[in-house]
Amino acid sequence: MCRGLTEICTRSRSFFVATLPDPFTVGFVRTQDILTLTPAGIYCPAGDFFVDPMRPVGRALVTHGHSDHARAGHDKVMATAPTLDIMDVRYGQDFTRERQVAVLGQAVRIGDVVITFHPAGHVLGSAQIAIELDGFRVVVSGDYKRSQDPTCLPFEPVQCDSFVTEATFGLPVFRFPDAETEARKLLASQALFPDRTHLLGAYALGKAQRMIRVLRDLGYDRPIYLHGSMVRLCDYYGRAGIDLGELRRVDPAQRGRLGGEIVLCPPSTLKDTWARKFPEPITVAASGWMRVRARARQKGVELPLIVSDHADWPALCATVREVGCSELWVTHGEADALVHWAGMQGIEARPLHLMGYGEESDEALDEAA
Amino acid sequence: MKAFAQLLDRLSFEPSRNGKLRLMADFFRRTPDPERGYALAALTDTLKFQHAKPALVRALLEERVDPVLFNLSYHYVGDLSETAALLWPAAAHPGEPPLLSEVVMTLATTSRAAFPRQLTLWLDTLDEIGRWALLKLITGSLRIGVSARLAKTAVAILGGHEPNEIEDVWHGLVIPYGQLFAWMDGTGPRPASVDPAPYRPAMLAHPLEERDVASLDPKDFSAEWKWDGIRVQAVAGHDADGRRIAKLHSRAGEDISAAFPDLIESLRDPRFGDSALDGELLIMREGRVQSFGTLQQRLNRKTVSVKAMADYPAHLRAYDLLAESGEDLRSLPFTERRERLEALVDRLHDPRVDLSPIVAFDSWEQLAEFRADPVQAGAGPDADAIEGLMLKRRESAYVPGRPKGLWFKWKRNPFNVDAVLMYAQRGHGKRASFYSDYTFGVWRGTPEAQELVPVGKAYSGFTDEELTRLDRYVRNNTTSRFGPVREVEHTTEKGLVLEIAFEGLNRSTRHKSGLAMRFPRVNRIRWDKPTGEADRIEVLESLLNSPNER
Repeated sequence: MCRGLTEICTRSRSFFVATLPDPFTVGFVRTQDILTLTPAGIYCPAGDFFVDPMRPVGRALVTHGHSDHARAGHDKVMATAPTLDIMDVRYGQDFTRERQVAVLGQAVRIGDVVITFHPAGHVLGSAQIAIELDGFRVVVSGDYKRSQDPTCLPFEPVQCDSFVTEATFGLPVFRFPDAETEARKLLASQALFPDRTHLLGAYALGKAQRMIRVLRDLGYDRPIYLHGSMVRLCDYYGRAGIDLGELRRVDPAQRGRLGGEIVLCPPSTLKDTWARKFPEPITVAASGWMRVRARARQKGVELPLIVSDHADWPALCATVREVGCSELWVTHGEADALVHWAGMQGIEARPLHLMGYGEESDEALDEAA
Repeated sequence: MKAFAQLLDRLSFEPSRNGKLRLMADFFRRTPDPERGYALAALTDTLKFQHAKPALVRALLEERVDPVLFNLSYHYVGDLSETAALLWPAAAHPGEPPLLSEVVMTLATTSRAAFPRQLTLWLDTLDEIGRWALLKLITGSLRIGVSARLAKTAVAILGGHEPNEIEDVWHGLVIPYGQLFAWMDGTGPRPASVDPAPYRPAMLAHPLEERDVASLDPKDFSAEWKWDGIRVQAVAGHDADGRRIAKLHSRAGEDISAAFPDLIESLRDPRFGDSALDGELLIMREGRVQSFGTLQQRLNRKTVSVKAMADYPAHLRAYDLLAESGEDLRSLPFTERRERLEALVDRLHDPRVDLSPIVAFDSWEQLAEFRADPVQAGAGPDADAIEGLMLKRRESAYVPGRPKGLWFKWKRNPFNVDAVLMYAQRGHGKRASFYSDYTFGVWRGTPEAQELVPVGKAYSGFTDEELTRLDRYVRNNTTSRFGPVREVEHTTEKGLVLEIAFEGLNRSTRHKSGLAMRFPRVNRIRWDKPTGEADRIEVLESLLNSPNER
């Protein structure tokens, strides 16, 4: 069945939904025929695999390396080469029994479905997974963003019937400035407070490397200091061909001498005893949450930088429109507003309220040290 | 507006005083006139215009944003100005954002009817931070933790001057302060102080430490009671038209005259002359000084009713004279100023104004006895309103600020209560990573069903080592978290007892316990004491009923 027909049928179904329930849809594929929700996460029965499962399963397709999506202990893992590498760096080489490299854009049959990985623009290696059954295409986006990021491939919109999206920043208050503007604030503050250490809290995977790269692109060429737990992933980015300039691991004994320097650390360490030994440290955080003042204040952040690896509200809406889907599943985040908006656009939307996503927890980051 | 918005944004997150000064000084240095002048006016809260109502902001937004999305957003953000700033749709052709001067001058002249359209135009041209700052400014709620004094201090830094020099000329200045900045830049003279009744920055005392006593000679010092009121400066003079002007300033230089017309009338008396008097504002009924709680009935009010004046008559107890008949006395020794003060109060002969008596003493031991028992030392019925003693070096000039070694305050022993730690919150600045703000409670209810009721919050009184240990205790005994607040285990069996010292107790309808403590701090950490043996609320309530039993 061609996509156009599906669209027409789906539309007419929603038109008649009040008077003509189930029997009308018999014979047409819908999202729930391809994906079901289980306690372990999103499952595809026709291919017998999970996408980003939260507990160990037989076969997992993993969108990206953040710890809430990529967990250790699955029997088989299929992901892009960088994502497999990142899992290796974080969990050790025994994180799975069998690895399968997903090549971007290459269709692979698994059971009755055909799957294809496409770049998601979230972090290095991040991908969306398109799943097709009988001409009906579902795209599970994983986490994604549309803004420019020098450390990963840009998001590639894939036409689909059904789009499974995140909504971490799914409220219209979230509109993010570009990362350069925000990084300039850090450099301006450094010029104003040349004796104080700027402690920049950023996720160890993705955000940290992006911030470093953006600073380098702005001409900042002094060494950038790293909390010990960030070194291995930054090294990996370097091996993957992303030049981060001179990076130095913070020697705890030398913290008192790092006045005027930029030090990157996981957000959880910002308020730790570890952070106390720097000269008059300024707490900086790079996150989409920094858009809301109360959130920044609760975290004790003194210089909030609004930089996110997730899509902001305009990007979420634009993406949903662009992929042309008629059904929308919202996995996690601020689902209510996006579902409401999609409804106004005539798209059938459903919040999944998946627990466990969007919690790339600080503890997990520290474990990765 | 853009630079000013960024300054406000940065200030709103900056916890340290020095950091704030740096940010403001940098802004004043880089921003041209008159923009920096209007910014200074905004920071010192001297701009006068009709504030916009939140309802207007809301109405403008509802025309532009889907109501469901607006409500979801507002609940998430929790602040109307900020929600509006973030939700305002980007304009197709935004145009140039306004200058702060433009905003201020337009606000002063725009009619109520034309205002919504004007506001819309501005919001269309600004970005998120600009819109937030504009909405905060026009709704009259900056709340960025900057006092007028701090903003003036930042200006002083600009020209390498003392903040008090700015205070001296402040009342003669007009927005946008071109004269002031020219003086700071070294391109203009010091502006003349034309305030006929100016505030003069107050001289403050250091707490007397045990170790000070040994090194100080009692003969060098004069002692007075320390009164439990508020410090004020009463000033009178003549304006350019020869009219008599009298003002009452708070310790921080705020003009509080409007709330005390009864006292102002006394100061207008020609016998007071063009003088400036330093003293304590008290409530006096039937010749007796009333408690601080009573005085509070007249504090923090813009105006006062005839009834309140009759029920709570204001009184000034004088202890220093800074100027007399236009002559600045501040460089004279305390003893000379005191003589002239005594003569002035005698001449004035007003029951509303009297002298703070000198407490004669020969030795520190004797003074310690007086401090312990003011009644025996001749304080009479006013002993209730005595907080302790003030010691002033006889030779001391009146030095603004808190100079070392000249004035000391020697407070009476505070009240103590054993309370249980209930919640902890992280501190600010240097303590940002430590749980250093402690909410504590005492027991209430029958012994079988007793519960802890919070009675106060303490931020100080412990050493750095003790703080480290308290911090660790909080982290290891957290039972739940509410945003930045940690609940710490507090049952009859488990928990930590803090001995809290405080200066006094007032009734309060704001607190669950019905009590409000004055200046509570941690006196000792009772690692040894079981929580079940902490004090009960009745102990505090009894203090409330007889406020002078210590």
